[in-house]
Amino acid sequence: MELSTVWFLLIAVLWTGYLVLEGFDFGVGMLLPVLGRKDTDRRVLINTIGPVWDGNEVWLLTAGGATFAAFPEWYATMFSGFYLALLLILLALIVRVVAFEWRGKINDDRWRRWADRALVVGSWVPGVLWGVAFANLVRGVHLDADHQYVGTFFDLLNPFALLGGATTALIFLTHGAVFLALKTDGEIRARAGALAARLSVATLVVAGAFAVWAQLAYSVTWTWAATAAAAIALLVLVGATRMRREGLAFLASAVAIVAAVVLIFGSMWPDVMPALDPANSLSVAEASSTDYTLTVMTWVAVVLTPVVLLYQGWTYWVFRKRLTVEQIPEHTGLPLERV
Amino acid sequence: MEALDLARWQFGITTVYHFIFVPLTIGLAPLVALMQTFWVRTGNERWLRLTKFFGKLLLINFAIGVATGIVQEFQFGMNWSEYSRFVGDVFGAPLAMEALAAFFVESTFLGLWIFGWDRLPKKIHLACIWAVAFATNLSAYFILAANSWMQHPVGAIYNEETGRAEMVDIGAVLSNPTLLAAFPHTITAAFLTAGTFVAGIAGWWMVRSIRQGREELARDVYRPAVVLGVVTMLVSGVGIGATGDWQAKLMYDQQPMKMSSAEALCEGENGASFSLLTIGDLSNSCDGVTHILTIPGVTSYLASGDFNSYLPGVEELQQRSEELYGEGVDYRPNLAVTYWSFRLMIGLGAGSAALALAVLWLMRKGRVVSHAWFGKLALVAIPTPFLASAFGWIFTEMGRQPWVVVPNPNPSGIDGVWMLTAKGVSTVVSPGMVIASMVAFTLLYALLAVIWFRLMVRFAAHGVADTEPDVSPDNQGTGGDRPLSFAY
Ligand code: HDD
Ligand code: HEM
Ligand code: HEM
Repeated sequence: MELSTVWFLLIAVLWTGYLVLEGFDFGVGMLLPVLGRKDTDRRVLINTIGPVWDGNEVWLLTAGGATFAAFPEWYATMFSGFYLALLLILLALIVRVVAFEWRGKINDDRWRRWADRALVVGSWVPGVLWGVAFANLVRGVHLDADHQYVGTFFDLLNPFALLGGATTALIFLTHGAVFLALKTDGEIRARAGALAARLSVATLVVAGAFAVWAQLAYSVTWTWAATAAAAIALLVLVGATRMRREGLAFLASAVAIVAAVVLIFGSMWPDVMPALDPANSLSVAEASSTDYTLTVMTWVAVVLTPVVLLYQGWTYWVFRKRLTVEQIPEHTGLPLERV
Repeated sequence: MEALDLARWQFGITTVYHFIFVPLTIGLAPLVALMQTFWVRTGNERWLRLTKFFGKLLLINFAIGVATGIVQEFQFGMNWSEYSRFVGDVFGAPLAMEALAAFFVESTFLGLWIFGWDRLPKKIHLACIWAVAFATNLSAYFILAANSWMQHPVGAIYNEETGRAEMVDIGAVLSNPTLLAAFPHTITAAFLTAGTFVAGIAGWWMVRSIRQGREELARDVYRPAVVLGVVTMLVSGVGIGATGDWQAKLMYDQQPMKMSSAEALCEGENGASFSLLTIGDLSNSCDGVTHILTIPGVTSYLASGDFNSYLPGVEELQQRSEELYGEGVDYRPNLAVTYWSFRLMIGLGAGSAALALAVLWLMRKGRVVSHAWFGKLALVAIPTPFLASAFGWIFTEMGRQPWVVVPNPNPSGIDGVWMLTAKGVSTVVSPGMVIASMVAFTLLYALLAVIWFRLMVRFAAHGVADTEPDVSPDNQGTGGDRPLSFAY
């Protein structure tokens, strides 16, 4: 296999890791006001992802860095082209990061309310916009002959892309609810389970519509396998959430995300940025770095990625116990006054 | 303003901002790890109290370091897409390695450390903070590898067909002489920052607790922290001077224009002096530059190790560059900025290192200090190394203008691997979009800076907790169900 193909696959793997892992973080953040009525409830929700959200986010940074190293042209075209969309995502991620770390530092209701708002906005915005961005990559964007993006921000908001945004938002919501049912106990677990059962139906409908549209309009025959896998996973998800089979449900929503990434990258291939005028598409071969760089990066990835998986896996094992309100101290942080 | 100037301001603002928090994280993580090690080894509760006290400050700071770092990862593509196309083959590699090798460790083990206080055995928990400390320093190595390559490209060739730089030797990129000097310089600067931070806060508390009639607390808890901070300051102060001297010698070979601009030296001179004060107009022309208060020979010594050596002036270097790289470009950086940022870096840093020496003397043989002025001075000292680092970067980055990738003056097969900053900027991004992002980042960053500052002050002013129960599972059986003591 060509090294540039290997790297196309590896970048898909990094995005998979990001969307599966940060996907439930986003879901938890998006559901904060729905499932967390009291402050202690909300803190249970936040603490289920407390030890892991930052590690999950690094999957995004790695995907970004790896794209830069392996496909400089892709990195340059995509991020300068999707400028405003990316700006919104970055602003959202910034407020989300500080809200996680700073929320518990001050013991004051108004302070916590602001932090909660930041968490909710910081989770919804990327939750929707990643879907919009990927849908545009599937559909193709306005590129000129130099592979420069010549569309506008509003060109990105076409119906197909908006459906993509709704799809990621719903998948993340369900994934987050399922994760919470798996990681908490008591009343929160029950409410998260019930919500997951309802959300999974909506996800099945919307994500199914998106996948079929993508398949029919922009994809190739073999990705029907991914579309079918996604459909089966979503059906299993509906069933499993009904029966409160939490582990199975989590597996199903994770598989659905994996299948979605396969569908997306499969549709893009052999381009990294398909253009509306196919003659201008930026192909994997055109975008990639030299073989030397790709060889170096392959070694780095092959050695380090398993190690990362090992210690990240260990983290999940250390914090495997379900969280309950009993484990949440009544207060954390210092009072706001008295500096 | 054009898109180019805007993009430069945007990059300068966001990066300098990122680097306010970065040095504190790089230096403080190992210091907190050290405090926790003292606790685990001696069982002395003072170190546990200090670990948690400075640990919380570290966490507040870490959050904003991460938040501002995310922007950096994508900025090159957003605002400098032509630069990214040109250098990606070489420059992207250290960036990706940084994420894979350092950021994953940093973030995962910090999560384990925060939430593991009552879940993990003591020694494993201690290993987690050491992993964080190690990874923050490793991340500095990789990002400086990327930056050093822009200052002095090595291990690459220029491909005429694609018009791009291509990597041919990753070993050379990761052992770039510029990197080998810049890394210890930046790290020691970070340790000076963190040492001053620890000594400053603990020093203020030492005075304060004596004045509150709690001399025990001052002696038992705060004094050892002051000593730890001050010793760190002294050691890193010496390291900074040594590595800075090393860098200056490299710079003389690699970027002579930057060296001469640091002195605002217009005409070449034998035994160039180091001036403490210079006046000139801001037109960047050599006509009105007058050096006042000079120390003979010192700049020549910095550059080449010889007090009498010849240092070329910027006019001469301009001509040399025109011959090599073409006419019609002003190859001189902004002289006022390079001159003053160089002096402010050295002056502010040297000031805090000198202070450390004085403090050690005041506290000789187990003394504690209780003068009110000492407490105030301790607080005033804290920002100086932060500023010194910021000026160091402003000097390094502004001094390489107008290049974004400075030509290697000894081209051994890497002819053509250079780029003017003006050529690197994104072509499809309109000034309006850059303004939008600059305004958005600046406002959000300003808000976050205010919150960060007030949180730091609030926690610093709270002082160490009175006692700290030892909650590690080693002490109390399995910890699975007890409340999370350090959680969100
Ligand atoms: C000398 C050190 C140094 C320098 C020059 C930079 N950084 Fe930085 N960066 C760090 C040292 C650091 C750090 C100490 O490792 C941080 C600070 C706080 C933290 O969490 O890690 C960090 C955080 C940090 C993060 C968040 C990591 C996470 O989520 O854990 C990213 C994505 C970047 N940085 C990227 C960059 C880029 C692309 C830079 C170049 C323009 C850059 N940094 C300059
Ligand atoms: C974190 C420490 C750093 C600081 C404080 C810093 C600061 C600056 C400053 C002040 C500028 C000048 C903006 C202008 O010319 O108006 C700049 C430009 C730039 N720096 Fe750095 N820099 C840092 C690290 C880096 C690193 C590590 C890289 C590369 C990996 C880098 C790449 C650039 C680029 C691409 C530009 C834009 C082009 C230019 O204007 O020169 N910087 N930086
Ligand atoms: C004896 C005093 C010092 C000397 C001779 C010195 C020398 C230098 C030189 C020559 C550079 C530029 C390297 C280049 O552009 O290639 C530099 C950069 C820098 N300096 Fe200093 N420096 C001194 C003190 C300090 C202090 C006290 C600090 C901070 C506390 C500091 C922080 C920095 C930083 C952050 C950079 C940019 C990163 C780098 O290129 O390493 N320096 N210094």
